[in-house]
Amino acid sequence: MTLTANQETPPPAVGRAGTKKELPEHFKDYRHVWVFIEVERENVHPVSFELLGEGRKLADKLGVKLAGVVLGPPGDATQQAIAEAFAYGADVAYLVENPLLEDYRNEPFTKALTNLVATYKPEILLLGATTLGRDLAGSVATTLLTGLTADCTELDVDADGSLAATRPTFGGSLLCTIYTLNCRPQMATVRPRVMAMPRRMNKPIGCVIQHGVPMLEEEIVTKVLGFLSDVRSSNSNLAYADVVVGGGLGLGTSENLKLVKNLARVIGAEYGCSRPLVQKGWMPADRQIGQTGKTIRPKLYIAAGISGAIQHRVGVGGADLIVAINTDPNAPIFEFAHLGVVTDAIRFLPALTDVFTQRLSPHSRDKLAN
Amino acid sequence: MHVVVCIKQVPDSAQIRVHPVTNTIMRQGVPTIINPYDLFALEEALRLRDVHGGEVTALTMGPPMAEDSLRKALTYGADRAVLLTDRYFAGSDTLATSFALSQAIVKIGEIFGAPDIVFTGKQTIDGDTAQVGPGIAKRLDLLQLTYVSKICSLDLDAREIKVDRRSEGGTQMLHGRLPCLITMLEGTNEIRRGSLDDALRAARSQIVKWSAADAGIEDLSKCGLRGSPTVVKRVFAPTARTEKAEQITTTDKALGDLADELVVEIFARQPALEHELAFDASA
Repeated sequence: MTLTANQETPPPAVGRAGTKKELPEHFKDYRHVWVFIEVERENVHPVSFELLGEGRKLADKLGVKLAGVVLGPPGDATQQAIAEAFAYGADVAYLVENPLLEDYRNEPFTKALTNLVATYKPEILLLGATTLGRDLAGSVATTLLTGLTADCTELDVDADGSLAATRPTFGGSLLCTIYTLNCRPQMATVRPRVMAMPRRMNKPIGCVIQHGVPMLEEEIVTKVLGFLSDVRSSNSNLAYADVVVGGGLGLGTSENLKLVKNLARVIGAEYGCSRPLVQKGWMPADRQIGQTGKTIRPKLYIAAGISGAIQHRVGVGGADLIVAINTDPNAPIFEFAHLGVVTDAIRFLPALTDVFTQRLSPHSRDKLAN
Repeated sequence: MHVVVCIKQVPDSAQIRVHPVTNTIMRQGVPTIINPYDLFALEEALRLRDVHGGEVTALTMGPPMAEDSLRKALTYGADRAVLLTDRYFAGSDTLATSFALSQAIVKIGEIFGAPDIVFTGKQTIDGDTAQVGPGIAKRLDLLQLTYVSKICSLDLDAREIKVDRRSEGGTQMLHGRLPCLITMLEGTNEIRRGSLDDALRAARSQIVKWSAADAGIEDLSKCGLRGSPTVVKRVFAPTARTEKAEQITTTDKALGDLADELVVEIFARQPALEHELAFDASA
């Protein structure tokens, strides 16, 4: 078997570094903002709603429509996803309904989304930076030979209507703003929990545009043999937890992680850690909080023994209240935490766990209410 | 079998510092390493070779000094290393990078035999995009298997592969066909130390160095800045919040009192939490 590379040049123009030129004529009919609505195993990923909230702002600035894109098999889950897209602000929904879009597979999803984009020409296409979204976005952008900016933390439209996509670079120590010049659509992914969740509205169903994409099962190389759901609730919950307790190297030994877990259990929180702990093998990678791990956006984040490297900061910046416990009063974490306790987390965590236990037992909660 | 592993030489991001006045990256003295995620891909490739026979080719695109990473890959046990280096590649975004690498992989296939599998790490620690792997797959029209946590079986005669793939909230078990591109998840294997023989061989080995022309790339407009639709317009430091944490430490206070004070303060600032924090002794 030999490999051949696609060297042919499709319609999209090549970029010209640093120079924003008049868009080629065939790009001028690229309009509207699209959000890919991620449905996996019948559930819409909340990042899709977060993106609709952000997409709404971009569409309003541009004076264009906001659309949700749903790819799925015929059935209730797909219809429900469309209804949800409208409830979170979409004006229009584009739908490719096909039994082959049941479980996520790269080939049929890439084909369906690429086909939709080529047909209806959105100016901006946003996807969640999930395993599914990143897998799909990379294929679609390469097929369309357009730009794709990963893991954006801020999206805006500049004076001449171009998408300004800001993302962390160099492990989060700097931010950069990226433009896609002379190519359409302008594509970006955004991680879960980076954008705020918009308010859900009770909106009647809007305009649904059905699009047929011919696909045959025989042409799809990938077959799904099975799916094993995470029994450990952690894997999906960390990003969406209201309260998170994080542990860092200041805990000294892996044994001391139980102090973090105890506190988390008592207050009904999720627990995670900073990157060095994953590198040491003390915690699995899906519990890592930060630039290369999970972005969290809890109401309360308690960071125990975490120094607060910039990579960690990127992941917790959206927390409403950050409480840091660290022996070093000059640790960087105190630069962005709201409340700090300068003490040894190993000794302080059990005391804190005790206080919460007392305050939050049903009995004392009743007492507090009186 | 022939496996190509794409690796990247990256600055050790843990050691990067930003100049406090100019807000620019201080690269001087920052050590470079093989992108840690790529090591899991390399190890997986070596394991497949050890079981099924054949060769592993390590490939990187970068400046001449990226040779260091390739030499390191040879010490781990790669059979051959190819460095794609040319000033035309400077400023490549992920689309341009995937183009150049895919062309080099075609060339590698012509000279050393077509690869059965192309491996990459799940992403790099400097760019964090996870886009180059899928980009290469699309350019070469290869089946793409990303975030693979385990290669369950490989049948070279039947040209079949079964893998576990990490997805949101679970693991997908997939069946696919060769040739394919796999991006390997971190922590999926134990990276070997490399033998003394490998180290000696690596020291003696020639690294294959290719320019754009050597790799058979004719259309230079698809490379480097010119071939990159995305352009970085502005680089800046995150705005620091002006107020620092209110530190409620006092050394003479008992830990319990300190904890109490903290909890009171937490609830004062986030009153809603008092109702939301669930106390569940059985959890």
